[in-house]
Amino acid sequence: MQKIGVFICHCGTNIAATVDVEAVTEAIKNEPGVVYAANYQYMCSENGQALIKNAIAEYGLTGVVVCSCSPRMHEATFRKAAQEAGLNPYMVEIANIREHCSWIHKDKVEATEKAIILARAAIAKVHLNAPLISGQSDVTKRALVIGGGIAGIQTALDIAEAGFEVDIVEKSPTIGGKMAQLDKTFPTLDCAACILTPKMVDAKSNDKITLYTYSEVESVKGFVGNFEVSIRKKARYVNTDLCTGCGECTTKCPSRKAKSEFNMGLMNRGAIYIPFAQAIPNVATIDPQYCIHMKTGKCGLCEKVCSAHAIDFKQQDEIVEQKYGAIVMATGFNLINLDQFDEFGYSKYPDVVTSLEFERLMNAAGPTEGTLLRPSNHEHPHTLVFVQCVGSRDTSGCGKPYCSKICCMYTAKHAMLVRDKYPDTEVYVFYIDVRTPGKNFDEFYRRAVEQYGVHYIKGMVGKVTDKDGKLIVQGSDLLENKQLKIEADMVVLAAAVEPDPSARSVASMLTASIDTNDFMTEAHAKLRPVESPTAGIFLSGMAQGPKDIPETVSQASACAAKVIGLLAKDHLVNNPCVAQSNELRCNGCSNCEKVCPYGAISYIEKEVNDHGVREVRRIAQVNEAVCQGCGACTVTCPSGAMDLKGFSTNQIMAEVDAICR
Amino acid sequence: MSLNEETKKEYKPLIVAFCCNWCSYAGADLAGSSRLTYPTDVKIIRVPCSCRVNPLFVLRAFQRGADGVIIAGCHPGDCHYTSGNYFARRRMTLLFSMLDYLGIERERTRVEWISAAEGVKFSTTMNEFAKTIHELGENKKLRDLRCEE
Amino acid sequence: MDKFLQEQILRMSGVNTRKCMKCGKCSGTCPAYDEMEYHPHQFVAMVESGDIDALMQSNSIWTCLSCFACVERCPRSVEPANLIEAVRLAVIRQQNANHLKAQEIPENLEEKLPQQAIVSAFRKYSK
Repeated sequence: MQKIGVFICHCGTNIAATVDVEAVTEAIKNEPGVVYAANYQYMCSENGQALIKNAIAEYGLTGVVVCSCSPRMHEATFRKAAQEAGLNPYMVEIANIREHCSWIHKDKVEATEKAIILARAAIAKVHLNAPLISGQSDVTKRALVIGGGIAGIQTALDIAEAGFEVDIVEKSPTIGGKMAQLDKTFPTLDCAACILTPKMVDAKSNDKITLYTYSEVESVKGFVGNFEVSIRKKARYVNTDLCTGCGECTTKCPSRKAKSEFNMGLMNRGAIYIPFAQAIPNVATIDPQYCIHMKTGKCGLCEKVCSAHAIDFKQQDEIVEQKYGAIVMATGFNLINLDQFDEFGYSKYPDVVTSLEFERLMNAAGPTEGTLLRPSNHEHPHTLVFVQCVGSRDTSGCGKPYCSKICCMYTAKHAMLVRDKYPDTEVYVFYIDVRTPGKNFDEFYRRAVEQYGVHYIKGMVGKVTDKDGKLIVQGSDLLENKQLKIEADMVVLAAAVEPDPSARSVASMLTASIDTNDFMTEAHAKLRPVESPTAGIFLSGMAQGPKDIPETVSQASACAAKVIGLLAKDHLVNNPCVAQSNELRCNGCSNCEKVCPYGAISYIEKEVNDHGVREVRRIAQVNEAVCQGCGACTVTCPSGAMDLKGFSTNQIMAEVDAICR
Repeated sequence: MSLNEETKKEYKPLIVAFCCNWCSYAGADLAGSSRLTYPTDVKIIRVPCSCRVNPLFVLRAFQRGADGVIIAGCHPGDCHYTSGNYFARRRMTLLFSMLDYLGIERERTRVEWISAAEGVKFSTTMNEFAKTIHELGENKKLRDLRCEE
Repeated sequence: MDKFLQEQILRMSGVNTRKCMKCGKCSGTCPAYDEMEYHPHQFVAMVESGDIDALMQSNSIWTCLSCFACVERCPRSVEPANLIEAVRLAVIRQQNANHLKAQEIPENLEEKLPQQAIVSAFRKYSK
């Protein structure tokens, strides 16, 4: 039997005006287990807390009920007071007689009756309370960033700045991501490479940052503070320590069939290649699919020309095992595949390009060295048509239901750049809505219209056909209620963005949730936007949802702040109100494992002693560091083995009984 | 809107409300701090998440003499634990159809999504629910006579 | 605003006009655009606002080829051609007679008319 003390707060007149606190005290006094009952003006005050502490000492209380305001307000206060008096803080329960009683009821008799019932429910619960002790786990002071685009680089730089070790895993041979492919960036039109490459160099030269390029995450085990990750470093067939990045091999390589990923397939590269001049690390990589030596055993020219003797055809994939305290998802995005959109003729006409291809066509380091030429005949285009929302806001199943967010702005940028560089061109933009929320964004778009004379047409392109080497773009002009047929030289499609295909597999390795579009889910859409619901997993950049560069960088820094906050701790104190499995009752059905949103439950083979019968059984085990205490498993458990500490089935039943008495 | 004097003496329903800690319990707190009244018949039990509500709790409440049970959680998609309210929704749909089969009127049980910002919704929901239960009258089904005092 | 007709058209077509995001791709893709008084996107907008009479009296319901290009390409699956067909049916039902007799169709066929349009013609002129 617990020895329970009940403390009833007047809260000035907030409670006492509607609830007869004396009557409550009297009624509660004789409840079984109650050895002390008192009321006081302000229970949360210094004196009120002293009253509780003294009573704990004097009457040897094993449980405390405070009838006061909402537990969301002062539960922590009273638990702390109890702890100071030597009582386990989880032996304190609050009966909410202010927000749920005195403030909403007017009739004093009724309100007093209800307050007594609420107090009884709390007493009934305390009877079944057990002391709970928070577990502790260590924190490995090292972070892993998956993805080496601008999001990953910024997050890593910020974490390194705070003095923690960071590893970046990037699946392509260089960091830089999509931003490295861009020509100019809106709304200021500074060149992407000029602002990105210094950051890439910083990431390379920072001694806290380790780059694993051309590598992928193979498996993830563990939980917040204690992740164990194995990283596969794919064989480059080039010794990165010896390679000087001189590029001699890449120019000599006779295999020229491979499409350059960096140039969106608009030009070919050698089988041994460095993606672009400013690549980090600046070392060559052999593509075994195209390498003549790897396929036939002949050639080997690169090996001959390499004065550093860096070529190593026998290189194998290498697995690196590393421990991390936190993992950042910065897996980025791709443009969607446009095969489903026959009407725009993307796969049929070379002059129909995506916006990312257009970036390369405008880029000084691109296939045309910055001169805009039609891909079909390398002639100067005179009429360009931009089509927005290609596959965005599409619920027909061909595209994506969301707005890709960046297309309005980069289309305005493209149109503006073309008109600026080639004033002899006519530029048309078909738009459904022009969405420009952002600092200096709308001004930017208006500049494209007003200063550069870009023709914005409210409508959509229905189809693109060809006639005598020209593209015929048929679209509607809704404001003029006309159908237009524009003879164009080039059509640029603002294709929707989608999360990188690797996001899904990485997310499932991390047991981090993703939405129906494969974007990472936030712990809270508004208040915890850079954390995954899975503790220790953080979100940066496009992996979480469409966003432009300024937004990505802000989110990357926010994410880094959260990671630093976690890594700065030596220990993590777990919430002790977690699920617990009774190993004798568990039948090993796995139902709880399936409903757990955090992957906190695993199954182990364990020898149990069931009333003298010793046998090995498959039983559920809860990782207390990962469990957040929602209780989904407790209800799904068919054998009643799962229970939630602090909100046990018996406790809630006792509350129900007390209320229904 | 509290019940008027005569009816109160005749019959006072007992309503158990399970509120999730993060949304509906906070919504009830907001109703309180906004002084939005609802009948004293409603007694709130705090649970971490609507998915913690075991169908047994609902049955127990009816067994012990409750006249109505309401489960309130975060709006779908807003669950603090990402998916708990979806579990609650499915479980309660099944339970309620079973209760219906046992002769407990559908109106006596309810699942409602109330966010931490919806104090008004909390009080209107409780008022409505209390009114419905009051009109239905005392629940006699499932009541365990051994529990009667 | 004719609520009754509007509901009838919506029910017959099974179209939810509220899904339309007014992009105009239907009219952008329509091969018979210039033959029509009201264009596919206007059908959606006018049914939404209940302006059915004007649609019923316009030649657009007969000049629509029923090629279903607008249905195929609508990013929101609004299906404007189904609306046009429903308006057409409403007219035919009201006058309780086909617009053309089936045997009249062959003589109206043009050589260049795609087969799909011929099939559509039978759909179009029958109750």
